[in-house]
Amino acid sequence: MEVSAKTEDRFCVVSVLHERIDAAAALEFKEAMRQTTADAPDVVILDLHRVDFIDSSGLGAIVATMKHLTPQRALVLAGLTPAVEKVFKLTRMDSVFSVFGTLDAALTAHRA
Amino acid sequence: MPPLPLIGLNAMQDTGPAPQRALTPFQFSVQSSNLAAREALHRVLDGLSPLALEAEEVSTVELVLAEVLNNIVEHAYPDPAVPGPIHLACRHDVDGLHLQVRDAGLPMPDGQAPLGLAKTVETDVSDLPEGGFGWFLIRDLAKDLTYIRVGQENRLDLRLAVAIGR
Repeated sequence: MEVSAKTEDRFCVVSVLHERIDAAAALEFKEAMRQTTADAPDVVILDLHRVDFIDSSGLGAIVATMKHLTPQRALVLAGLTPAVEKVFKLTRMDSVFSVFGTLDAALTAHRA
Repeated sequence: MPPLPLIGLNAMQDTGPAPQRALTPFQFSVQSSNLAAREALHRVLDGLSPLALEAEEVSTVELVLAEVLNNIVEHAYPDPAVPGPIHLACRHDVDGLHLQVRDAGLPMPDGQAPLGLAKTVETDVSDLPEGGFGWFLIRDLAKDLTYIRVGQENRLDLRLAVAIGR
């Protein structure tokens, strides 16, 4: 699972470069997130704009990542594509995360 | 398995050729593996291309089928060293897409498809569920779902309300 990370003072942005976080990729995603966020600042912005499909295993892996970061750090989601947003809405997990429509919106909010 | 019959628009209409559907029914089999769901989804979405589904409809088909297939790979064939076949049949009718998924693996618990109740998300982060969403999503998005065990086979039928009235 390829991810890229950029760190600023108060947050880091982790972009998922893979198109799917499905059952076959969920474990790899969790592991990549653990490694990438090991020394992350207080806020981790997960940029999902390249991800066009997640299933319940992918959702579970994102929830697991948030639980791993909590309580010291927060996981924020950005750039959800329609199919990904649908899974969050149906399971009401959209009420659990801070969700920004675009990465820019998330950056603006966290630079302020 | 014999090909699935085309169902007419009107049962009374017993003369003339069957109405032309945009999609010719199709079926195929894959062997269970951790990549079986991706392979089967790819083939189904490819097979559905004559319907020109909207992106929202595609995401419904892909999500429901992914959950059904993942469950088979994880629970019907739990030992990766002992894989088995997964058969998928798909036809389109005026009320949507009819899918049948069969496997020769372990039966569903208690011989029934799980209820898939919604998970509570009003809880501490540390208590949030990381799984158990699959059947909730299937039940939420699929219509007319039936599960039966026939001999050594699991048979799941469901309808997806996409490409309606075409």
